[in-house]
Amino acid sequence: MIKAILIFNNHGKPRLSKFYQRYVRGRASLYCCNCIHSGLIGGSDNKLIYRHYATLYFVFCVDSSESELGILDLIQVFVETLDKCFENVCELDLIFHVDKVHNILAEMVMGGMVLETNMNEIVTQIDAQNKLEKSEVSHICHWYQCALIVL
Amino acid sequence: MALKMVKGSIDRMFDKNLQDLVRGIRNHKEDEAKYISHCIDEIKQELKQDNIAVKANAVCKLTYLQMLGYDISWAAFNIIEVMSASKFTFKRIGYLAASQCFHEGTDVIMLTTNQIRKDLSSPNQYDTGVALTGLSCFVTPDLARDLANDIMTLMSHTKPYIRKKAVLIMYKVFLKYPESLRPAFPRLKEKLEDPDPGVQSAAVNVICELARRNPKNYLSLAPLFFKLMTSSTNNWVLIKIIKLFGALTPLEPRLGKKLIEPLTNLIHRALDLLYGMVSKKNLMEIVKKLMIHVDKAEGTTYRDELLTKIIDICSQSNYQYITNFEWYISILVELTRLEGTRHGHLIAAQMLDVAIRVKAIRKFAVSQMAMLLDNAHLIASNTQRNGICEVLYAAAWICGEFSEHLEESNQTLEAMLRPKVTTLPGHIQAVYVQNMVKLYASILQQKEQAGEKEAAQEITQLMVDRLPQFVQSADLEVQERASCILQLIKYIQKLQIKEVPVAEEVIALFAGELNPVAPKAQKKVPVPEGLDLDAWINEPPSDSESEDEKPKTIFHDEEQRHSRHRQPEIDEEELARRREVRKQEQANNPFYIKSSPSPQKQYQDTPGVEHIPVVQIDLSVPLKVPGMPMSDQYVKLEEERRHKQKLEKDKKKKKQKKEKKGKHRRHNSLHTESDEDIAPAQHVDIITEEMPENALPSDEDDKDPNDPYKALDIDLDKPLADSEKLPVQRHRNAENLKSPDTEAPLVGKKSKKPKKKEKKRKEKEQEKEKKKEKEKRVTEEGKKTYDIQGNLQNDSQVTVSVIFENKSTSFLKSMELNVLDSLNAKMLRPEGSSVHDGIPVPFQLPPGISNEAQFVFTLQSIVMAQKLKGTLSFIVKNDEGSTHEKLDFKVHFSCASYLITTPCYSDAFAKLLESGDLHMSSIKVDGISISFQHLLAKICFYHHFSVVERVDSCASMYSRSIQGHHVCLLVKKVSNSVSVDGKCNDSTLLSNLLDEMKETLSKC
Repeated sequence: MIKAILIFNNHGKPRLSKFYQRYVRGRASLYCCNCIHSGLIGGSDNKLIYRHYATLYFVFCVDSSESELGILDLIQVFVETLDKCFENVCELDLIFHVDKVHNILAEMVMGGMVLETNMNEIVTQIDAQNKLEKSEVSHICHWYQCALIVL
Repeated sequence: MALKMVKGSIDRMFDKNLQDLVRGIRNHKEDEAKYISHCIDEIKQELKQDNIAVKANAVCKLTYLQMLGYDISWAAFNIIEVMSASKFTFKRIGYLAASQCFHEGTDVIMLTTNQIRKDLSSPNQYDTGVALTGLSCFVTPDLARDLANDIMTLMSHTKPYIRKKAVLIMYKVFLKYPESLRPAFPRLKEKLEDPDPGVQSAAVNVICELARRNPKNYLSLAPLFFKLMTSSTNNWVLIKIIKLFGALTPLEPRLGKKLIEPLTNLIHRALDLLYGMVSKKNLMEIVKKLMIHVDKAEGTTYRDELLTKIIDICSQSNYQYITNFEWYISILVELTRLEGTRHGHLIAAQMLDVAIRVKAIRKFAVSQMAMLLDNAHLIASNTQRNGICEVLYAAAWICGEFSEHLEESNQTLEAMLRPKVTTLPGHIQAVYVQNMVKLYASILQQKEQAGEKEAAQEITQLMVDRLPQFVQSADLEVQERASCILQLIKYIQKLQIKEVPVAEEVIALFAGELNPVAPKAQKKVPVPEGLDLDAWINEPPSDSESEDEKPKTIFHDEEQRHSRHRQPEIDEEELARRREVRKQEQANNPFYIKSSPSPQKQYQDTPGVEHIPVVQIDLSVPLKVPGMPMSDQYVKLEEERRHKQKLEKDKKKKKQKKEKKGKHRRHNSLHTESDEDIAPAQHVDIITEEMPENALPSDEDDKDPNDPYKALDIDLDKPLADSEKLPVQRHRNAENLKSPDTEAPLVGKKSKKPKKKEKKRKEKEQEKEKKKEKEKRVTEEGKKTYDIQGNLQNDSQVTVSVIFENKSTSFLKSMELNVLDSLNAKMLRPEGSSVHDGIPVPFQLPPGISNEAQFVFTLQSIVMAQKLKGTLSFIVKNDEGSTHEKLDFKVHFSCASYLITTPCYSDAFAKLLESGDLHMSSIKVDGISISFQHLLAKICFYHHFSVVERVDSCASMYSRSIQGHHVCLLVKKVSNSVSVDGKCNDSTLLSNLLDEMKETLSKC
């Protein structure tokens, strides 16, 4: 099981945090890596697996049932997917569109279990959802336009 | 009321969205907390609005704040409100917020049960999906109990997307509500064989997690998993299954045996990967890991496999990745500790290779080898063929050949003379005998030079005492060498007693250095001028009967012939010159036994002594490693060294950076650090192998001219030259218009490229259309080429991609492309523009740059070829100012370009022909010289057909137009004429197509 997925930059600023196990948190989550180290999450059966891309660290906290290589591969898929969805992803994308990152992650990992590792499949689903969202938003915009005219 | 709602919504349009919030926080670095608390107040106001969009926006911002560590549990109810929105956009925001902040202690969570159930059964798969994802994060025992049945139903949903999520979430449900496991298990098991790989992988995932608690339950699934393991290509699934088997094997020992084969395959695959993975940077680390496995490995086969891999990896590409040969020698020495290996000869070969070819390492190698000889009793216990004792062969040879590097030669000589040596295999003993003489010779020389006559005699005595044990050997080679050498030594002894200095003469026996010879050396010997190797030396024996008739004269004849071909008499001078050259050559050849009486001098003159590379040996490495060497220490030293190197480099870099620091705000896309090149620890040259003099330096002759893959030996990194374009279909009436004042032509070509646009058609209809070639004039300053690529798709739209290449030396800007529309074909312009407006090209072109722009055309009928005239206008900017220029071109849409290569099966083809609603037409072309095969290829390439069936020189072909016309052809070739019978739904299209084809064929 994956217990937590964190992305933070070289200065330790969190860019995304997703916990699949509950823990008591406060402002301290800024120092989330310390929390994991000290075993705040999930007791002692912990492994931290991470990869460093440019200015970002992608950290997965997992238990002993996960293979290190498998997780490294997963991180790669995650980053490639981000790259595809954001077209040349960079830290700023993650800062301003953290909700989208969450949505992408939701197509890969669900409740701490790996859902999909095939990048094409993930991208297809994300695209379909974006399309759905767009059609809804354009509908809403249309509604606003009408409302303005009425006013 | 309605008006109020609308007004609220309009206000909302001026609210902050998530991006504004993030930007705001970044702009308030000093008073972040204050700013955020202000934002939270705003959010609270927004949450009070009735409008769901406003609420969703507020919740979205809250989710972000939650990530920063702010408590948002107070908004739980609002989150549930957003979750129950009817729009997917809002629902997703709500569920995301819930998954981030809901937990078992959230009291309002029970309110969600019905909403989730409703979403689970939503007709929209993404509503269901988002609910499942959210639920997986905050499922409670109550929710699990209430929803277990709904989720179980979803496991058989028609959409794989839902199925895999439902399967996966079952694990969470089991955790919270274990009673559901038994009823759900049969269905879960079924999902292992689901046709969708994603669902399969989810099921494997769940069962693997379950099996951690009670593996026994899942033993019955072993055969199923075994099947999956051998068939699945998904790495994730494989890893999970292997982990599962890890838990199962202790319970069922028989399983272990079955697993050996597939697992070994996997391991081999992984080892093969390693081979390509190594770099200078990671080689030591990788080998270290492998060495750990070697130590742990239980089966000899596996261990041997690892051993060969280590050697393969290290020695690949001429030891390209080794930065420290001392480390490598230590690894080899460590490998000799393996018991029962069958690859002793491999290690031995490596030792020899490295010691011979890396001169700088000889001293170290010799010291290690001496140690091996000293500890021979450890190694010699295994005397089986190819066993580890083979390394003694290498050790003895290296110590003998490079004895000048030995520090404790006496000790080594004694080690070689131990009685235990006689138990070694014969070929090793033989090498021992031979090399102990070399060693003896160098000791003798040392002693004599030091004036220690007694010591010299002692060493001779030792040889005389111990050699007889080899003379008794049953091995012929050993016996012969030993008795020969024994006699020699006895003779030396006599001379020594007479106090005659002998060392120099003894050492002369082994003078000269053994250099490696390049594998291609023989081939590289240059053929002397004037020598024709293909010419007969003697006249070929003729078959003519005349010779048979007079057999008696045969010798006489022959002699006559010889003299006839003998070279003209060479004068004395020439002979002398040649003799001189020969002597020179001999002097340079250490293996040539010379008549010169001063062997010692020769030894010192051995060519290449002064070329031995000067090595700076890292003093931090103890050269005399007590006991067995530890490769690990080299790893550490190497790390330190690299660290130092890096620090130095960084310093340099920083300096450069300071100058450059500037606008790098958006960093480039994410990539891992690149490997920097690591300088080798020592300047170890791998000796250039010996080559014959005057060898040609070029490598060209290395290549086998008959190598079938030779054609693929192409440098792909070179930029494409103009002449290297792929053959593109050129239209017959490509126009080349040149304006009279043109100096260099502008070349334009069109080809097509598929575009993705279509909505409904499943099969993409991509039409490649080659458009035409254009050439136009240029401004005096240079040349400009552009390619036009077109693509037809959809039933009435064509996208033409044009590549503009600026071949001039001026800057081109404000490019605008315009086409004179015809009734049938029109360029798609933005709404509101007239047919006279051009479409701006969305970029500018600096000199030498090319870029691509796309233009869409609409076509009504495709049964006829189309030609459109157009103009490209642009501004040329150079030092002298800017001028406005124009370039005319024509775009040609041929009929063949509306065809899409579509494969067709012969039965479908036959049905099509039988249907009878096709028009028929045919053509015949004479004077075809190319082969039928070639002809078909041309039709396929230029006219987008595919071959349905081919019998001898008769073939049926098929293609389809973008508007769905079927086109069937029957092509026959009789001697030099080709006939093409075509059938098509549209007779005009068919006749146009055949006309085009005729033109192509007539060029063949």
